[in-house]
Amino acid sequence: MKYSYYPGCTLKNKAQDLDHYARISAEALGFELEEISEWQCCGGVYPLGTDEIATKLSSVRALNDAKEKGQDLVTLCSACHHVIKRVNDDMKNVDDIRTRANNYMALDEPYAGETKVLHYLEVLRDVIGFDELKKKVTNPLKGKKIGAYYGCLLLRPGKLMAFDDPENPKIMEDFIRALGAEPVIYPYRNECCGGYISLKEEDMSKEMCRKIEKSASGFGADMLITACPLCMYNLNKNNGDNLPVYYFTELLAEALGLKEEVEEQ
Amino acid sequence: MKTEKNRAEMIKEISGVNPLKCMKCGKCSASCPSYNEMDIKPHQFVSYVINEDIESLVNSKSLWKCLSCFACVERCPRDVKPGKLIDAARQIVVRERGNTYLDPDEIPELIDPDTPQQLLVSAFRRYRR
Repeated sequence: MKYSYYPGCTLKNKAQDLDHYARISAEALGFELEEISEWQCCGGVYPLGTDEIATKLSSVRALNDAKEKGQDLVTLCSACHHVIKRVNDDMKNVDDIRTRANNYMALDEPYAGETKVLHYLEVLRDVIGFDELKKKVTNPLKGKKIGAYYGCLLLRPGKLMAFDDPENPKIMEDFIRALGAEPVIYPYRNECCGGYISLKEEDMSKEMCRKIEKSASGFGADMLITACPLCMYNLNKNNGDNLPVYYFTELLAEALGLKEEVEEQ
Repeated sequence: MKTEKNRAEMIKEISGVNPLKCMKCGKCSASCPSYNEMDIKPHQFVSYVINEDIESLVNSKSLWKCLSCFACVERCPRDVKPGKLIDAARQIVVRERGNTYLDPDEIPELIDPDTPQQLLVSAFRRYRR
């Protein structure tokens, strides 16, 4: 199975691990991520103003590229996923935005939200299946107690993201179980790390991350996993309890016995 | 110069929110991770728009403390979306030439070797036009 793949700016730079481990794991699991050739940055945050068009065009270009190839579009970064998925919903359901974006783009055929946007975790859950994933695990992560850190962008707004139950999600816990480790459910797993606020109001983000880490370690987690480079940065920077944070793809590659491969490269 | 009435209408238009739907249950403020740092609390945003006191709103600290975490948007039982209202107020500020909460000249002092691109891109989108 071949997917169009949108890596996003940070996965080409500070979050290269998130990308590398995802690619080699995909290959081992039998699906291919074909990077969109001229993708542009999604902007990091979904433009909330209902009159915004220009800030949505990079997402529309990626979505249309996937449509022209007849492929579903796979994302990894929580922020890219959030932005592209919501812009796609606008293109499908908001007449004004669809008309204005298409007027601007002048495509051969207008884009109207045809592309299906999938987060990598959704591919694992809905296409591969966690039972199948479990069968392919050669190096089960036995004895590891892992807290899933969802943050905000994958889950909310729940009706639009349709990723999982926004208040009581389980996709990452099921993923952790499939890898042979033990998921730790803790109250702050879907609370905000501070996001972009850490640039100008560092102390606010520090306080939020401290609460998240205290909550996770208090419930017995020895590590956290995330899909978001900014959550990773904020949590690492403010690591009060020295709880290590990994990208979920790194643990996936480890469980599939692929991790040394990357380190040798 | 735009009147307060104009600016209240602009906020409603940009946000797509009808503040009159709010029933003041306070769930947004109870959910907000930035509540302690805000001078105008999320459940109060709607009143400022209804009362057409936009000057207070655009000069509030709250404008720059919202995280866009969508906790208030998710939990609002009336679909009022306080997060969208405050973003619209922020847009009124940053869309005006010269108004910004983040200047590129500040960046060197704010970053470290691990700062992800995502952080800069996101902050510029929210704080500046």
